[in-house]
Amino acid sequence: MFLRTALLVLRKDFAIEMKSLEVLLTTLFFAVSCVLVFAFAFVKDGRAPEDAAAGILWIAIAFAGTLALGRTFERERYSETLRALLLAPAPRAALYVGKLLGMLALLGVAEGLLVPLVAFLFQASAWFSRPLLLLAVLAGGTVGFAAVGTLFAAMLVRARSRDVLLPILLYPITIPVIIGGVRGTAALLASPADEVTATMWIGILFAFDVVFVTLSLWTFEPLMTE
Amino acid sequence: MHADFDSVRLVEVSRHFGRRRALSKVSLTVGAGDIVGLLGPNGAGKSTLIGLLATLVAPTAGAVRFGDRTAHAMGPALRQAIGLLAHELHLYPELSARQNLTFFAELYGLDPAATVDAALARAGLAERGDDEVNGFSRGMRQRLALERALLHDPRLVLFDEPFTGLDDRAVGLVSDRLRQLASAGAIVVLATHDLDLADGLVTRVALVRDGRLIADEPASSGLRARYRSAMGSA
Repeated sequence: MFLRTALLVLRKDFAIEMKSLEVLLTTLFFAVSCVLVFAFAFVKDGRAPEDAAAGILWIAIAFAGTLALGRTFERERYSETLRALLLAPAPRAALYVGKLLGMLALLGVAEGLLVPLVAFLFQASAWFSRPLLLLAVLAGGTVGFAAVGTLFAAMLVRARSRDVLLPILLYPITIPVIIGGVRGTAALLASPADEVTATMWIGILFAFDVVFVTLSLWTFEPLMTE
Repeated sequence: MHADFDSVRLVEVSRHFGRRRALSKVSLTVGAGDIVGLLGPNGAGKSTLIGLLATLVAPTAGAVRFGDRTAHAMGPALRQAIGLLAHELHLYPELSARQNLTFFAELYGLDPAATVDAALARAGLAERGDDEVNGFSRGMRQRLALERALLHDPRLVLFDEPFTGLDDRAVGLVSDRLRQLASAGAIVVLATHDLDLADGLVTRVALVRDGRLIADEPASSGLRARYRSAMGSA
């Protein structure tokens, strides 16, 4: 019942997104714009500053992710469909998991575009020499960011200043995840790649993920009951 | 576990939002076959009461009992027995009528093939089932929302201002459906401030003002006069 409900919510969000592509296109446009602005600012004579790529990648992921979180839940606010979801005879945490899976899919697509773009503009092709470690860092950071973001976006769906409040609440709590993501991806850019450091940060990121996802599953129902 | 109950009982229920008191020590019992009209001016606490019955709002004090058990004791299965139609229609405008009903049917563990076409027909939307809800009139959306709310044949049916923006024909359809549900043994609670529509439809009247239940009595003719007298003397 739990997984079936989560997948139903995911499928419904996917069907809506396929009709408009609104959230996907705005998220990708924002993410690419962000990277291009950094490229114009920092790349001089075709040379990028050392170690900038990792930070720029995670800034783009965090900003684009925040935009996507707000837009995804805006759909549930219009016509108060979130209340209809909360009335379903399934554990309410399943709704959270469905929304989280949708956010992970969206951020996965964004990262599929961002990683090659940042690697190209900031001479960070060394990432691709350790693809599994790169995927593990991206997955660890993305899950942690999306887990907290999905919870906060759902909580704030009825708040008047939700667009302002979401980043104010989200960024301080996800700073460890962003730092872990930046340090992990930066370690893969060292010459030779610092696999030990990258693996350590991957471990820390997955530990954060376990804590954030567990806390979110635990608190979602009481937080969503008015 | 399938939840079943013959009555819903609010016992000394209070609900505060910060320092604002939305409901204060409300006690009310609603039985199967009743159509209870929750009547009161805007801001009286009607929607909070509906939210409490729908398990979307938790009481600050007191208890809501479904049969002899609380919502907490019954768990998520209780919500299989609750249907809510609110002023906001709980539909996805980007999806078609059929997609909306299919999604909610699956969410309630129903077979869409056995339920969706019949629901579209009852809503008078059999020909428009594949059209996006975006393109529907308010009346069409309301009929679809009504079928969405009743898709799983709920025991407790909650209506919060269901007549807003409806033409006479649509009001008649919703009223008829309410009577059918009550005669089939559902527990129906209707929150409205439209006394003309409530008159002749509800079987019991619960008058609410400033978060307090000021009257709970069988419906009788002359609802408007009774309402004025109760509100004036409260």
